[in-house]
Amino acid sequence: MTAFIPDHSGPGMTARLKDATGVAVVSLFLGIPMIALHTVDVGGVLAVATRWPWLIAFAVTMFTGRLVLQFALDHLKINKARRERARPAVRATRPWLKWTGYAVLGFSIVLPIMCSGNRYVVDTATTVMIYVMLGWGLNVVVGLAGLLDLGYVAFYAVGAYTYGLLSTHFGWGFWETLPVAGALAAGFGILLGWPTLRLRGDYLAIVTLGFGEIVRLILVNWTDFSGGPNGIGSIPRPTFFGLPFAPAGDGPTFASFFGIEYAPEHRVIFLYYVILVLALLTNLFIARLRKLPVGIAWEAVREDEVACKALGMNVTNIKLSAFAIGAMLGGFAGVFFAARQGFISPESFVFSESATILAIVVLGGMGSQLGVVVAAILLVLLPELGRDFSEYRMLMFGAAMILIMVWRPGGLIASRAPTVRLHKEAQP
Amino acid sequence: MSNTLTPAANQGGKLLLEVEHLTMRFGGLTALNDLSLAVPAGKITSIIGPNGAGKTTFFNCLTGFYKPTTGNVRMHHPQYGPLLLNQMPSYHVARKAGVVRTFQNIRLFPNMTVLENLIVAQHNALQRASRFSIAGLFGQAGYKSAREAALAKALMWLTRLKLLDIADTAAGNLSYGTQRRIEIARALCVDPLLLCLDEPAAGLNPRESAELNELLLYLSREHNKGVLLIEHDMNVVMRVSDHICVLNFGNKIAEGNPAQIQNDPDVIKAYLGEDETDQEAA
Ligand SMILES: Nc1ncnc2c1ncn2[C@@H]1O[C@H](COP(=O)(O)OP(=O)(O)OP(=O)(O)O)[C@@H](O)[C@H]1O
Ligand SMILES: [Mg+2]
Repeated sequence: MTAFIPDHSGPGMTARLKDATGVAVVSLFLGIPMIALHTVDVGGVLAVATRWPWLIAFAVTMFTGRLVLQFALDHLKINKARRERARPAVRATRPWLKWTGYAVLGFSIVLPIMCSGNRYVVDTATTVMIYVMLGWGLNVVVGLAGLLDLGYVAFYAVGAYTYGLLSTHFGWGFWETLPVAGALAAGFGILLGWPTLRLRGDYLAIVTLGFGEIVRLILVNWTDFSGGPNGIGSIPRPTFFGLPFAPAGDGPTFASFFGIEYAPEHRVIFLYYVILVLALLTNLFIARLRKLPVGIAWEAVREDEVACKALGMNVTNIKLSAFAIGAMLGGFAGVFFAARQGFISPESFVFSESATILAIVVLGGMGSQLGVVVAAILLVLLPELGRDFSEYRMLMFGAAMILIMVWRPGGLIASRAPTVRLHKEAQP
Repeated sequence: MSNTLTPAANQGGKLLLEVEHLTMRFGGLTALNDLSLAVPAGKITSIIGPNGAGKTTFFNCLTGFYKPTTGNVRMHHPQYGPLLLNQMPSYHVARKAGVVRTFQNIRLFPNMTVLENLIVAQHNALQRASRFSIAGLFGQAGYKSAREAALAKALMWLTRLKLLDIADTAAGNLSYGTQRRIEIARALCVDPLLLCLDEPAAGLNPRESAELNELLLYLSREHNKGVLLIEHDMNVVMRVSDHICVLNFGNKIAEGNPAQIQNDPDVIKAYLGEDETDQEAA
């Protein structure tokens, strides 16, 4: 039953013609005010002129366009179904994926050295890394455990505000705050998950969405605590094991200690490496967890909750652990974010941020670590590249998303590597 | 392997499960009406009856998926003594009471491999051994040996159910009959005392169905497992059952060994159908 693959041979010719005719009729009606009637300037007076041939041309274009689009989509689907039928869903770990992973890793290590003069590149790369880390965190919840979390940014905010408050009020450093913020975010995850994880799919999504908004609203309105809309400023930047990145002054600085010329890029590059290390640790942690009983159980819960219960698994606890670990990783990313920006406000933790992170996970291919990296690069760079077309930016962004989802509905990297193998030799 | 027989449980026929006056109503519909039944260890007890008789509902009440309207389901656990299954959350039924079921509409983890399916079934033991992932993260010896044991157990059942060469294939890609076997193998990895199978022969070809008969007998005789079997295929039921219970419209209409059931007039009537007046009289 489960192996059944729907036949995508598509509708017949009549159905297609009917569909295209429908589109043509709609475009005729819409075209009357938009195309057929237009105003002309006749000696300083506005008059209405008609251009029926244009309208006809428009309708014909829509008709043929629709037909071609339908054909193209069906063709894509048939090819895809055929390809899927031809191969089993679980293949031997594909070597090229592994090598791509190493290549990306190598590139990310040398990037700041290659571009040390170009602050913008390193800064953007840092942003990408933050999203990669967030994507990996959310991937535990959405990709592995299959729980739709629309308020992930709340945990990011918890991390950021923990560092913001602890450092400005109590002078805590970056590295001391990290575990505390992670634990706090995980605590919030459990607090939210405990009552809500019994809910099914859509309800969970709505509750998490609400939670994200509540956290943001508290941050906006509880001025005494969080500084309200003004946020928290002058958050201390991380130091290089106690050596600040500053022009020579009293006390040793990073530049004076190593006897090099002070340059503001040093901090940017250092920050990049900090997030790189954090992200790599995250990746190792998740890769390890995925092979442990808890990781396998996450995937089992995603696949079939009822079967899990029948096998004696406490589904609520398993989901809760996914939620808490995802939240903790979000908290870590938040601490880094606060340290890098030096300033945080509720504006950074709006819903669209949650949506972007979720898009990274879904686009990357649910559960795929490398997919998240590719998607994060795409989603951060596309809007950056699109800056020149400012007003079409979001349009481009949306179109790119739709194209990718049509082309690869399972995400960019949809293959899943088994956690254990019986037959060690790779099977074709 | 942990499947060895304990001396106490080795006396076949020892009472395992006791169902007392079980009634399940859905609004106005009485899916199960005052059902009482005793299920012994080391024997195969079959539940048969026409479509909609309440067989699956009985399994759902047994395994904590439905809370019965009235009545009790008591499991006589060799270690923990009597346990009331109807008061347990569904995952406790498998974990603590050792009652594991399969589903009429197969419920595997389709994107995971066959071997992974069997490893998931041993989650509780592995999770304990990994000290809730802490020991597992650092690859400690205790966890490693537990993992080896889990693999060995999975391997044993894979071999027994002839699934070895597809161990690394995604479960969802396999044929219907194979998926049924995987589901049974997965249930066996939980080390059940009582195995509840919901129509395991549905969709099997004659050869597969004969193999299933042999497997059921092997499990009950050699492993002293109690087997509770829902089945429409009379070739399976009449050949392997020690005891048969017939349900019709939620009522138990007959009970006995295969020969008794085959000759029971009520059962014949229920299966051949009866007209309206007879039904009202019943
Ligand atoms: N959750 C439910 N809500 C309402 N009615 C239900 C529910 N579950 C089962 N029923 C009803 O209870 C009756 C018994 O159903 P059940 O699935 O137990 O039959 P069955 O004996 O397993 O039949 P089959 O041989 O077709 O599997 C049916 O009339 C069914 O519609
Ligand atoms: Mg049924």
